[in-house]
Amino acid sequence: MFLKQLSEAVGVSGREAEVRDLIRAEIKDDVDQIETDALGNLIAFKEGKPEYPTILLAAHMDEIGLMITDITDDGLLKFKPIGGIDKRILVSKQVVVGPDKIPGLIGAKAIHLQEPDERKNPLDYGELYIDIGTKEKEESEKLIELGMMATFATEFKHLGTDTVKGKAFDDRVGCAALVELLQQEHQLSIIAAFTVQEEIGLRGASVVAYDLDPDLALVVEGTSASDVPDSKEAGYSTQLGAGPALTVQDGSLIPSQPVVNKLIEVAKQNEIPYQFRKLTTAGTDAGAIHLTKEGIRTAVMSLPCRYIHSPASLINLNDYQATVKLLTKFCEEMEEGGLTDEGIN
Amino acid sequence: MKELIKRLVETFGPSGDELAVRELIRGEIKDQVDHIEVDTMGNLIALKKGQDDSKKVMLAAHMDEIGLIATHIEEDGFIRFSNVGGVSPYNLLGERVLFNGETIGVIDKEGKLDDISKLKHDKMYVDIGATSQEEAEKRVKIGDTATYYRQLDLLENRLVAKGLDDRAGCAVLIETIKQLTEQPTFDTYFVFTVQEEVGTRGAITSSYGINPDVGIAVDLTLTGDTPEAKRMAVSLGEGPTIKVKDRSVLVNPQLKNLMIDLAEENEIPYQLEVLDRGGTDTGRMQLSREGAIAGAISIPGRYVHSPAEMIDLTDLENSIKLLSKIVQSDYQGLF
Repeated sequence: MFLKQLSEAVGVSGREAEVRDLIRAEIKDDVDQIETDALGNLIAFKEGKPEYPTILLAAHMDEIGLMITDITDDGLLKFKPIGGIDKRILVSKQVVVGPDKIPGLIGAKAIHLQEPDERKNPLDYGELYIDIGTKEKEESEKLIELGMMATFATEFKHLGTDTVKGKAFDDRVGCAALVELLQQEHQLSIIAAFTVQEEIGLRGASVVAYDLDPDLALVVEGTSASDVPDSKEAGYSTQLGAGPALTVQDGSLIPSQPVVNKLIEVAKQNEIPYQFRKLTTAGTDAGAIHLTKEGIRTAVMSLPCRYIHSPASLINLNDYQATVKLLTKFCEEMEEGGLTDEGIN
Repeated sequence: MKELIKRLVETFGPSGDELAVRELIRGEIKDQVDHIEVDTMGNLIALKKGQDDSKKVMLAAHMDEIGLIATHIEEDGFIRFSNVGGVSPYNLLGERVLFNGETIGVIDKEGKLDDISKLKHDKMYVDIGATSQEEAEKRVKIGDTATYYRQLDLLENRLVAKGLDDRAGCAVLIETIKQLTEQPTFDTYFVFTVQEEVGTRGAITSSYGINPDVGIAVDLTLTGDTPEAKRMAVSLGEGPTIKVKDRSVLVNPQLKNLMIDLAEENEIPYQLEVLDRGGTDTGRMQLSREGAIAGAISIPGRYVHSPAEMIDLTDLENSIKLLSKIVQSDYQGLF
């Protein structure tokens, strides 16, 4: 499964080259043109018939991670978060650092050595470090440069029958879905944008659509699933196994109603399960894309990920397949009738 | 004027669903402008051609109002919601709201909430009179939006209504179009923007499309003239304000001075506005493409974002006078 390779590839915001190369190699024979822009966004063009609309599909390549900011005299690596990380989950996790994937372990003072008061508070960045097994600064400096990124060393694995675990499902699941779509034949023109630096402020997406002028855009994301014991149903963001989640509003976007309506119509016609993302905060690349130039009609489809932004999250493979199917059928529907102006807002 | 404002504020138009307001405004102005169109985001853009087409002036007032969005329907038919723009949960207690412009609901909080200081939207619900999820979903679906359900009232010389932010500004633009006796100096785009309350989004795309040389927003501002109010040197009834600064913009000083000179020459009362909270479409016009000379006229408003916003009719009339003088001025000192 290509998702396994994507999940295990390293691509913290600003250092997406490995993911980009992987995707480029996978799709190069399926698309008509492929390019990388100045910020590092990978843009693939699959030309359709000119009478059909052009759709921009976007998924971000980057993942959250840690940036090395200092090396101590003992050779330990100090770091700062890149993107939204819960610092409480960091201690004792295995990581890889830099392009050579130097293995390391996030360390801190052992419980025996902590004062009772210290145990009450989560360890802060000042108290955490990455230990790569070196004895002194000079030894670490041979392997590590400041500014290198670290990410979790997590293996992709199947759990049970329908579930997989891995890191960076946000948003490698979106990348995987777009790759599958590009490997099919289509009548309409598809532009697939694999964006950079989403996790630190939708930065790749802010420039990616400027020269593209698509008729509409669809962002495919990984989103939080909160169907876990301490949440009430009304507070669920999304649920695993209930299909892709459509955004009704988030902190960056009110989606185009005709696009959302069409997605719902296509899901119903094809008996594809779908749900709504009930959280109205946070943002995606769609926030930047829909405000490009004179505006682009945009919607978001998200795959629920439990334990998102952590060393390992879970997705349901049925949700993944439903996402690919909904994307495929939506593209077919655009070939048939396109969008009407009904309810444009 | 009062009748126009009444229709404007009583029309349903939360951010993202401005259709009804747009159609109302289009009907009011379409015969009096040279060109009218709606862009991808839903902004209504009307052009009055100028005597000189070498410069473009963009005037912006936003059509959208704050509101609520349904996020979950309970088994027993209660609707859970989140906010669309800045809506205080305290203003919502006991309030009636209108979903989709047609379904009335009443708001309360969960019974177990003892500490009112912890009131949040997710501890509240809308009751639309439904007895089951199925029944509720016939009228309100997840993603549907609501606004306050209120009528306009006239209290002496003051208007009280929901949505005066910024339908009052829309009314100023509409009346300016209607009252213009001659062509404006330059090509003047009257833009009724969308999604201001969720991040001045409509102004981003409309400014890009128009690429104005001068941008002027007309919106509500706050006042400091109520008991124990936070300090702000703006009062109701003492004239429109000429904006100096808000969180989105530092106004171009030449444009500010032009507005002051025109107000003084024409004996229009005015106040200067330094707003330390909130931004407006002004900032978006200023930073679009290679930039524009941007400023704003604001209508002083009390209780802004509540179901009972209050403005003064004289301020409104003076805003129209000032804006009319600006669009017919020589824009001296600007270029």
